[in-house]
Amino acid sequence: MSPGLSVFLENLRAAPRRAYEATFRSGPPTSDRTRSTFVFGNVFLHLHPVRTHRWSLRWSTTMGLGIITFAAFLITLVTGVLLMFYYKPYPDVAYDSIKDIHFVVPTGRFMRNIHRWAANVMVIAVLLHMARAFYTAAYRKPREFNWLIGMALLVVTLGLSFTGYLLPWDQLAYWAITIGANIAQSPREVTDALQITDRFDPGGLQKLLLLGSDQVGEEALIRFFLLHVMVLPLALVLLAAVHFWRIRKDGGLVRPANADERLGPAPLETYPVFTEAPHKTYQLAAIVKGKTAAVGRGPEGTVPSMPHLFYAEAGVAMLTVLVCLGLALFLDAPLKELANPGVPENPAKAPWYFLGLQELVAFSAFMGGIGIPGIVLLGLGLIPFLDREEAGTGEWFGGPGGLPLVLRSIVVGLGSAVLVDGIAIRYGWLREWFPKIPQLVVTLVNPGTVLTFIYAAYSIYLVKKYGSTRAGALGLFTCFLCGFALLTLVGSYFRGPNWSFYWSPADWPVH
Amino acid sequence: MTTAPEHGSPETPASALRSRLDPEPVPRRDFLGLAALWASASTVLFATLGIARLPKAAVLSSPSRKFKVTLPEALPAGEAFVPPGRSVALFKEAGEVWAVSTVCTHLGCIVKSSATGFDCPCHGSGFAKDGSVTRGPAPTALKWVKVSAAGGDVIVDEGESVPLGTKVSV
Repeated sequence: MSPGLSVFLENLRAAPRRAYEATFRSGPPTSDRTRSTFVFGNVFLHLHPVRTHRWSLRWSTTMGLGIITFAAFLITLVTGVLLMFYYKPYPDVAYDSIKDIHFVVPTGRFMRNIHRWAANVMVIAVLLHMARAFYTAAYRKPREFNWLIGMALLVVTLGLSFTGYLLPWDQLAYWAITIGANIAQSPREVTDALQITDRFDPGGLQKLLLLGSDQVGEEALIRFFLLHVMVLPLALVLLAAVHFWRIRKDGGLVRPANADERLGPAPLETYPVFTEAPHKTYQLAAIVKGKTAAVGRGPEGTVPSMPHLFYAEAGVAMLTVLVCLGLALFLDAPLKELANPGVPENPAKAPWYFLGLQELVAFSAFMGGIGIPGIVLLGLGLIPFLDREEAGTGEWFGGPGGLPLVLRSIVVGLGSAVLVDGIAIRYGWLREWFPKIPQLVVTLVNPGTVLTFIYAAYSIYLVKKYGSTRAGALGLFTCFLCGFALLTLVGSYFRGPNWSFYWSPADWPVH
Repeated sequence: MTTAPEHGSPETPASALRSRLDPEPVPRRDFLGLAALWASASTVLFATLGIARLPKAAVLSSPSRKFKVTLPEALPAGEAFVPPGRSVALFKEAGEVWAVSTVCTHLGCIVKSSATGFDCPCHGSGFAKDGSVTRGPAPTALKWVKVSAAGGDVIVDEGESVPLGTKVSV
């Protein structure tokens, strides 16, 4: 055999092994060195640190909420692409294609159910994740920017949910688009009252951009489809990448200053902790603040991310998949009747996570739909810049007041929400009391704004009493969480036909 | 070896005294750089505005909402007649006809005619028969839309609103 041919054959035989080596350059992660290269040699994994602090791996630090959120997103991504094989974004045809997916397409119903449940899990997890970050004061320096990215991710997540339930073009979809577009138009509530709509009409512009027309129709559906399958997922992926990378750059997850003493030495069975003596100056020592690497234990009480962190993440992700699959097996995603532009459902209810908002817009479209959400987002965004304290960082309910303050705030938050909403339900509001009252007064003074004002006043009282911004923030955040929960409960359970109050859906009149 | 003129020697002009390492008194390069930067920035800005112009539809594809309808012979005074598939309530009284839009002024749901006026199923606004707000979050009264007589029938244009209280005799 000619030497050229034998070299060729040898190369052919080695091709699979060489392809493998070219893809995974560092080999199996068996030593400290290869465990490190396993992380930073991989574009996806290198968003993680090479070594993870043991505090970050405790269940009570994060409860895995961030990973649950991202895992749920990945599930919606996969199932969403599958649904796009059959979905047609055109009025009426859209409804038929969803019915096809539900009744005809192999595994279509299961995939749609998974998509729906993963989206719900994502909304719940992202809200709880934000609460976790807040209550452990994880937004503080140097994590302020990541808190803002997290807020943007919350908004994008809710946007994805909203644009998603519009696509089936059923009654829920049609009236949700109608209401959503009119909320976008609701600045007119103010510009009309000031009689400047002819010259300055941001509301009308927003509605036109959202619907692409003056009516809800094919233009609107294609826009929401575009947002749902392209613009928002892309935005979410980009923001999430920055969010994860920033965790690493901000020094890992937040932990108390004395985390190392509280953890003590790693249990003997922990493997690997730090198996090899460094051959040369430990690279991280140059960039990580603090003492240099101690022999026998990882720098700053850390363990290698591979396997400790990645196995934990994979476990949480698998649990999320399990929950979504379980829910999808037994509970079908809803599909109402075909959209009927002449007759809304009575009551016409949004999905559960928007019912608190629906309760608010039932007081004032502009304040409920744009004003108060805007104030809440502004407040959330300001928190890390107003609270420059250090006490309690990394501790659950850390800071002056602590858990007792949070418990008292729950009472205040729920109590005042029950009181204000109760007054509005039992006695009506300004319009019923003074029929001639100008609209601008109703817009400014309605149960939603009064509740916001009570919460703000309570928070300022706490700032004074404890001499601490963190105490005020703890109270305010807890109050808004309670207000959100209570309004959502009222909207989902206690509101019936014509959005009237009923103690139970069993009392609804037959119509 | 040629020697450079001594710095500060009396015969050298002042401008030649500066070393190449000293900052220029007039930051010429800064000026050019800044001009280039601002030119690029404003180009990007205007290009973005131009791109943003695309999603704002110039032509609205909505169909005409004008239709002809025959009112029922025995339509009692003060009772609303809603033509099927339309979002407008027609009233007839003493030889006069008028039309109240049933699109809620709050967030665009279709209100339902009741004994006292109209009720909105979405957020609980209530309206009197003439469209004025009686309760709930609706900021303004229901619109009145254009009606014109055509023989025994009436022509209604849902797309064109008229001042409240505009009635047409038939």
